[in-house]
Amino acid sequence: MSDASLPNGSLPSGGANPQSVSLTEPDARTKKRNAAEKRFRAYGIAAIGAGLFFLVVLLFAIVSNGMGAFQQTFINVPVYLDPAKLDKKGERNIDDIKKVSTFGYNPLIQKAVFDAVQEAGIETPLEKTKDMKALISASAAAQIRDMVIENPDLIGETIDVRILAASRVDGYLKGRVKREDVARDKNIDAEHLDLVDGLQQAGVVEKTFNLDFILGADASESRAEQAGIGVAMIGSFFMMMVVLFLALPIGVAASIYLEEFAPKNRITDLIEVNISNLAAVPSIVFGILGLAVFIQFVHLPQSAPLVGGLVLTLMTLPTIIISTRASLKAVPPSIRDAALGVGASKMQSVFHHVLPLAAPGILTGTIIGLAQALGETAPLLLIGMVGYIATNAPDGIASGLLDPNSAMPAQIYEWAKRADPAYYERAWGGIIILLVFLVSMNTLAVLLRRRFERRW
Amino acid sequence: MSVFWLCVIVLAISAAGFVLGRQRALASAGGISGDLHSLPSYYGWNVFMKVVVPAFGLMAIWLIVAPMIVQNNVSKMIPASEIEEGSNIGLVMAEVRRTAVGLENAVAAGVLDADTATNPQADATRITAQLKEAGQVVTAEITQPVLQAAQSYRASTKTSGLILSVLAILVALGGAGFAVRQSHKDYRARNEVERGILALLIAAASVAILTTIGIVLSLIFNTIEFFRLYPAIEFFTLLEWAPSFSGRGGASSLGILPLLWGTIYISIIALLVAVPIGLFSAIYLSEYASARVRGIAKPLLEILAGIPTIVYGLFALLTIGPMLVSVFGQDGLGWMGGGRSVMTAGIAMGIMLIPFVSSLSDDIINAVPQALRDGSYGLGATQSETIRQVVLPAALPGIVGAILLAASRAIGETMIVVLGAGAAARLSMNPFEAMTTVTAKIVSQLTGDSDFASPEALVAFALGITLFILTLGLNVFALYIVRKYREQYE
Amino acid sequence: MNVMTRLEKQVDTNAIKMECRDCQVYYGQTHAIKDVNVDIEDKTVTAFIGPSGCGKSTFLRCLNRMNDTIDIARVEGSFKLDGEDIYDKRVDPVQLRAKVGMVFQKPNPFPKSIYDNVAYGPKIHGMAKNKAELDEIVEKALRRGAIWEEVKDRLDAPGTGLSGGQQQRLCIARAVATEPEVLLMDEPCSALDPIATAQVEELIDELRQRYSVVIVTHSMQQAARVSQKTAFFHLGNLVEFGETGQIFTNPEDPRTESYITGRIG
Repeated sequence: MSDASLPNGSLPSGGANPQSVSLTEPDARTKKRNAAEKRFRAYGIAAIGAGLFFLVVLLFAIVSNGMGAFQQTFINVPVYLDPAKLDKKGERNIDDIKKVSTFGYNPLIQKAVFDAVQEAGIETPLEKTKDMKALISASAAAQIRDMVIENPDLIGETIDVRILAASRVDGYLKGRVKREDVARDKNIDAEHLDLVDGLQQAGVVEKTFNLDFILGADASESRAEQAGIGVAMIGSFFMMMVVLFLALPIGVAASIYLEEFAPKNRITDLIEVNISNLAAVPSIVFGILGLAVFIQFVHLPQSAPLVGGLVLTLMTLPTIIISTRASLKAVPPSIRDAALGVGASKMQSVFHHVLPLAAPGILTGTIIGLAQALGETAPLLLIGMVGYIATNAPDGIASGLLDPNSAMPAQIYEWAKRADPAYYERAWGGIIILLVFLVSMNTLAVLLRRRFERRW
Repeated sequence: MSVFWLCVIVLAISAAGFVLGRQRALASAGGISGDLHSLPSYYGWNVFMKVVVPAFGLMAIWLIVAPMIVQNNVSKMIPASEIEEGSNIGLVMAEVRRTAVGLENAVAAGVLDADTATNPQADATRITAQLKEAGQVVTAEITQPVLQAAQSYRASTKTSGLILSVLAILVALGGAGFAVRQSHKDYRARNEVERGILALLIAAASVAILTTIGIVLSLIFNTIEFFRLYPAIEFFTLLEWAPSFSGRGGASSLGILPLLWGTIYISIIALLVAVPIGLFSAIYLSEYASARVRGIAKPLLEILAGIPTIVYGLFALLTIGPMLVSVFGQDGLGWMGGGRSVMTAGIAMGIMLIPFVSSLSDDIINAVPQALRDGSYGLGATQSETIRQVVLPAALPGIVGAILLAASRAIGETMIVVLGAGAAARLSMNPFEAMTTVTAKIVSQLTGDSDFASPEALVAFALGITLFILTLGLNVFALYIVRKYREQYE
Repeated sequence: MNVMTRLEKQVDTNAIKMECRDCQVYYGQTHAIKDVNVDIEDKTVTAFIGPSGCGKSTFLRCLNRMNDTIDIARVEGSFKLDGEDIYDKRVDPVQLRAKVGMVFQKPNPFPKSIYDNVAYGPKIHGMAKNKAELDEIVEKALRRGAIWEEVKDRLDAPGTGLSGGQQQRLCIARAVATEPEVLLMDEPCSALDPIATAQVEELIDELRQRYSVVIVTHSMQQAARVSQKTAFFHLGNLVEFGETGQIFTNPEDPRTESYITGRIG
């Protein structure tokens, strides 16, 4: 302790000594330091502000661009189903009627719209019925043809129908298509837009809620007005079922083994490292795995929700295992000891006591894993779940699993790739639906956690 | 017999075995369940297990192996002349399988009689017509060799199915008999069943390992195949990425470097956005914010993490891109040609990574012991001095780990770059130019129309293995750093 | 309680450095410190003793406003340092803590070099104009901390690599480097072995020459060894405060006596 007994204060104390100032009057240096403190705090607030700003911009972009997809422009006109065109023989033979293609129906619809224009007394330089083509969706003819084939007695009658307007007309009413833009557009011109204004005033053209977007199927490139996300939703549903039925039991079983039974050795170490690394493998790599193993090697059908589900299962498994292990770990050892103490086997103590207590946590983790899988797109691209136009919904579980289908995020990607801006609106709208699902799932998880959270 | 009915039969046998085993055990104890070693139902489960496991195991193996053997045998029947230009044995075999299924369905529907369907001399064109009429999917005219192959395929499949059915039922019955005989009051049924369950648990745990093995093998085999067709040295050193679209011929330049550059450039921009914002948010939330502000701001920021990447992709393509173009495009500074660019994708990815960086950093900053902060405050340091000079240096390794994890995320991200970055591979320093990445090219090479055996498609696996190794390396390293960091304060 | 009258008798020897009147501390709903009045004298070691949970550490942390960093803590009453109210709105706690330094229960060296640990305080307070001056301050502080001889050859080694006793003396050196007027020590020896404890106690006695030292301790022997004044806390109340010798030999309050003789605590 020799150095401690040095004469105190033998060394000069250098610099400004804080002792010399009064506490209530901050010196220049303290002022500077406090300014730095304020600045630093401001950086933090700015960073959070920036993060929240991005969130708001993102949500605003989604909602403002996507809400339009839930509205659709329709034309309500009486269409005269001319027997001379639809059933020349007049025998009402269903085979003859079927021979008339949609080309046979187009003039009738165009005429109906033209008549409506005349009736509304709109002045227009478009004098031919054919000029109405630009207003009407290409799907209208098929819609009416299907009605006729279902009920041939309609021929000869005038029926009131609600047909889809062309996507440009729809875009005009929603403000997507502007008058100054149509000069370069070969699908529609300014005269047509005048017509649309007139027809809208006459109540022939109207914008209503678009249920078909939520329930319908994808359409071809040129018919954006007809496209819906319903079938892709079913594809996603089947994939989620596969994930739920595979990932949950396998994940829980694996977690139970690793958490409760696994001896501490090299192999279990390897499995653990493996799982934490699998959780961080890019999703596209799982797509490659799915393509190489499930499709090339096992020859499962391409574009099938079953394959998509399998790939997403492998991807979700690490997430579920990690959260399940956390819930198992949260159950205090005293519970296990209590069960063992009354003579239960290790297996019984786990299945009768630990697992039920960990169940809410496992469920929460599973829902969050499913939500992640639901939004995943990249691996689906590789197993061919895009570019496929599913026209109708599957009619059973087997076909739901094995028939080619799309999935919600894959459908959104497909729409985003198409050149027509009308499809961009659909893509944003699809995102709204996807987010509604994700928000509900996450809310459910949060509620579950709140409801069953237990502190030991 | 279809697989479904076979399963039903096996399950029926196991159910009967369950009842029998339980009863036999109870009988051996004179009906007093207290005298049994285990609960009576364990004896039942013991039998159930010994029926189901071997029978289903056999079925699983058979269903995987048998089609491969059949396929192998049948494919020998196809003469080389049958494989057209631009086609391969795989496509012909697919046709054979379709024809075989068509024959089966046509016979079932009564369009085709069983004799014609099995007659190798039958007229192929006539059968084609009949199949088409029956609504079966046959893409082309069936040729005679294909028809014969299909018939042989159909016959072998049938035989194999029959053998499987007989074997599976025998195994099930054998298992049931064996296990029912075991059911005696002294038999340790519970231990046996628990051993079985444990095996099941271990199997589940090894799925993770199998996944990794699957990833590694599928990448390695296809990469080796690729390097057989395309020189590895060019792949790693060529400064050009220009796959030919014909699908054949060696005219493609497949150098990974431009793709790697795009990947790294976009990741750097993403990190430049995400790290300052994420880190400062974490600092503010963990050191300054009141519990209420934290309770609101943290979940709000984490919403960004829950949004699927496809949404960010669309956001990049349709919002950020046009926004950047209006400033840096032809009407503005003139640096930018189109909406897709390194900047577009980088910013979107950066926004996506903000919550990732901030929640990881938050955890790490919170792990710094309060004692260190107290020590600093006790010396008269302000809060920001404490954070900058004590907390952050102490948390540095952990934060570096978090940033590396974020970098690995950025490198592996696909949808944002597919939609936002562009398709042209370029070695350029201009962040407003369109570039492409490893992941984007994996998607485009595997989703195009090119033949699966061509180097243009196989290159995706070489890209995949590069990506896998890169991200795995970053992850292992980052997790190692973070773990070391945590140990320091435990 | 007639604490006030007793205080008046005993406060005489040295100048009063800190004066605390009617101090209350609340942790959320809990009333942790009740009506405490204490005078801390200059160049004196004052010991706070009492059973665990009695509030002695809480009170200590009031003296340099360390409780400000705890959200739920609320402090009332008057605390004066050289006649200035330290809880005045105009007072910057940062400046206050430079004057009233603190050493903690567990040694908490920063994960930096030994040199940087000691230089940290002088740097942030701008006490050195250049490197040479800083070197001088660091050496002086390490000497005062009675650890110079042990570390002078490895000033660049991390402070976390030292032994527990060395770490604590490093923390003391770190605290004295900012030239505080009062040094608060919160059970500085509780994490140390007997030899290290002896070293630190010896050091405290040296420090008394220049500073007013307040030490919280669990050990009555330690209080008896190092302090001139002792305050006994019980359940948030200051039971007795006086000359150490008197408290240990002739306590006035029966509770103090019970504690000292080992019947409570």
